[in-house]
Amino acid sequence: MALDSKIPKGPIKDKWTDYKNHIDLVNPANKRNIDVIIVGTGLAGGSAAATLAELGYNVKAFCFQDSPRRAHSIAAQGGINAAKNYQGDGDSTYRLFYDTVKGGDYRSREANVYRLAEVSANIIDQCVAQGVPFAREYGGLLDNRSFGGVLVSRTFYAAGQTGQQLLLGAYSAMNRQIGRGKIKMYNRHEMLDVVKVDGKARGIITRNLITGEIERHSAHAVVLGTGGYGNVFFLSTNAMGSNVTAAWKAHKRGAYFANPCYTQIHPTCIPVSGDHQSKLTLMSESLRNDGRIWVPKHMKDVEAIKAGTLKPRELAEEDRDYYLERRYPAFGNLVPRDVASRAAKERCDAGFGVNATGEAVFLDFASAIERYGKETAHVKGLNENDAALVKKLGQEVIKNKYGNLFQMYEKIVDQDPYNTPMMIYPAVHYTMGGVWVDYNLMTTVPGLYCIGEANFSDHGANRLGASALMQGLADGYFVLPYTIGDYLSNDIRTGAIPTDSKEFEDAEKEVRKTLDFFVTNKGQHSVDYFHKKLGKIMWNKVGMSRNVKGLTEAISEIKELRAQFWKEVKVPGTNEEYNEELAKAGRVADFLELGELFAKDALNREESCGGHFREDAVELDGEQKGEAKRDDENFAYVSAWEYKGEPSDAVLHKENLEFKDIELKQRSYK
Amino acid sequence: MNMNLTLKIWRQKNASDKGKMVDYKVTDISPDMSFLEMLDVLNEQLINKDEEPVAFDHDCREGICGMCSLYINGEAHGPDRAVTTCQLHMRMFKDGDTITIEPFRATAFPVVKDLIVDRSSFDRIQHAGGFISVNTSGNTIDANTIPINKHDADTAFEAATCIGCGACVASCKNSSAMLFVGAKVSQFALLPQGKVEATDRVLNMVKQMDEEGFGNCTNTGACEVECPKGISLENIARMNSEYLKASLKG
Repeated sequence: MALDSKIPKGPIKDKWTDYKNHIDLVNPANKRNIDVIIVGTGLAGGSAAATLAELGYNVKAFCFQDSPRRAHSIAAQGGINAAKNYQGDGDSTYRLFYDTVKGGDYRSREANVYRLAEVSANIIDQCVAQGVPFAREYGGLLDNRSFGGVLVSRTFYAAGQTGQQLLLGAYSAMNRQIGRGKIKMYNRHEMLDVVKVDGKARGIITRNLITGEIERHSAHAVVLGTGGYGNVFFLSTNAMGSNVTAAWKAHKRGAYFANPCYTQIHPTCIPVSGDHQSKLTLMSESLRNDGRIWVPKHMKDVEAIKAGTLKPRELAEEDRDYYLERRYPAFGNLVPRDVASRAAKERCDAGFGVNATGEAVFLDFASAIERYGKETAHVKGLNENDAALVKKLGQEVIKNKYGNLFQMYEKIVDQDPYNTPMMIYPAVHYTMGGVWVDYNLMTTVPGLYCIGEANFSDHGANRLGASALMQGLADGYFVLPYTIGDYLSNDIRTGAIPTDSKEFEDAEKEVRKTLDFFVTNKGQHSVDYFHKKLGKIMWNKVGMSRNVKGLTEAISEIKELRAQFWKEVKVPGTNEEYNEELAKAGRVADFLELGELFAKDALNREESCGGHFREDAVELDGEQKGEAKRDDENFAYVSAWEYKGEPSDAVLHKENLEFKDIELKQRSYK
Repeated sequence: MNMNLTLKIWRQKNASDKGKMVDYKVTDISPDMSFLEMLDVLNEQLINKDEEPVAFDHDCREGICGMCSLYINGEAHGPDRAVTTCQLHMRMFKDGDTITIEPFRATAFPVVKDLIVDRSSFDRIQHAGGFISVNTSGNTIDANTIPINKHDADTAFEAATCIGCGACVASCKNSSAMLFVGAKVSQFALLPQGKVEATDRVLNMVKQMDEEGFGNCTNTGACEVECPKGISLENIARMNSEYLKASLKG
């Protein structure tokens, strides 16, 4: 099947408006006869559920947690971008569009990104109207901060809990519709398959995680807002339950999976402390506004710090290597995430890591504390030369901005980041790849939509900070409600979809077969045993820096591990009860397939772009020596993989990316 | 130094099972582990012995989703302050300790299995009024049209940081949900956008809270002490005043 991205004709700034003016609408009376299933209740799924219900559709929403409010969007910290230009610093829809395409290393679809930038301002209006308490200035207007990879201040925030506040906003909008009976909410339900009838997505099979009951749910369209697949690495900043299963089942039913190798390794996370570790914790990128990243210049100081004989704060300025400021003077500590992560790895690989494992760099707030302290002292007419006072005042400002993050750090690491620099290291955080969708956010399966992190469309090969929240809410509040209506206008006479058809029966049978296998297999290793092994292969061979040898090995190792999993996995208990091991087994089974496709995709892409860094694709000389080298001539396309059984059989389809409004350039942050 | 510990854990097969405390031993626990990572060690051990692992709720493991619970040595989220169980680290304990682990107990939080409770009563209170009735896809006014006093905005934000974990209910001798409900009522009462529906909101949410079987508030303040997010008792006071105003309006 040839890929058709269905991008509307016309100039980029008019596409979305023209599109909205010409789509088919469903009249309010008919909406009452149409059912929509939404899987996942994060920013994308939650906002979509609320909006579609409000428009009048009958929505059934599903989440695996005990409440929609727990979705992992809640953990997003730093902020949400919007081209409001409240700061008057030159921001505009075009500039947000340009920054996002450039930040994504020219591997995203122009038309989608422009639309995202266009609706971004409306998101802020919407959220304020629903009571989201964004940070404000003393004059009562909204405050902004800046984020990596851009030169304007366009990020709206609520301390370090922006994701929480936005998700609770979407959750409150859902609650209103649940109260009105327009959303039927299914908590603690996991989607285990998509059901297609006559080639269209018409329902899902779920498992009730409390009772184990297998249920059939039908609808006229199915929407997946099920998040990213970073947990294929086992250790990531994702929640423990975050998984690829819904997206992967959709893939197996015909939805192409795009750019699986585009993964964001976030530069500022708390380093791994030992083998017991179950997850990694992010320290928001917003900290790079005020924190300066460094390692010692000299190996003797690295050793002294590791041995505990030298305190990091005692090291003289001239003996520190602020390597981001050194390498990228224009953007300094605010280079995009992929660049910052690789730079940290480069220093640590060279032996300059500052903790016991050698995998940590410093993020230091001393200069910001002093700067803010002096500023506050000046405003209050106090003595700017009183070091103790300045420090105290400066710490208060920092606490106001990042208090919850500093507290989190202190609880985990047992060190006080106000008085000693934080130690950070990159960790898997976000997946730009995902289910392929067209301009309508529809997958290659008619009637099956995919929104938010679960799809691939807006961030190219690297996502800029504070853009995930923007995309999730844009998709759910402002884009999908239009595009899905155009599709559903053909279903006004269809009537309710029966669940007793052969298609539902077959899908349910297959789901039951797998579950029965797990609880009767009686192997010798737990699910986590396999998940951790998979994670190690992924991190070591498909992680921050990739080469042909490692990727080839990873493909065969994952294949072997998968075979072993299906022989030796052990799942205690039964299907007919709450059984977390059983739920995990299904998720890890899918990760074991995705992992191989991921490595295969990385092997195919013989260029470095965004989060995908190939050691055989670097600049060999000139000012950019050692930096990533993109290959626009051969790789300016989206890799969309078609399922054919084993991941090794997956067929590659290419969506060529055309850049009409932005000139392709080398991404320089120097 | 790594620790050996005795765990006394509530095991209950399902909602209708009677349930009991069972003793377990875990060894070689690193002080850098989180409490839930320590339970992961126990579960791995149980699975390898073909026993059923202990069921507990958890998800983000960074203190924000509100999914984890646990009543540890008689305190919601354990002995540390301002943390959820997933952020509680084993350095708070010492070698040889015995740790008692129970689910959050309240009539309105029935046990699902082992340490997992059903907190859907919290959701139903939110369905009753925890929202502002605005169109989510419509065109609203520009976000900066209504300036909001920074102090009010910050106070609303602080109330809004409630994670809905239920520690306040578990800590209260009356199993009152006043801190949870007060936080949401306060968030909206402090913002101009929320004032329009303030009367109905507080009446409906309090009515639902009572119907769910939560107890009343007797101002002991245990909820505030145990709240992992430091939600202030002021929110209960503000809710009471909102409630009084609303009742007078009828």
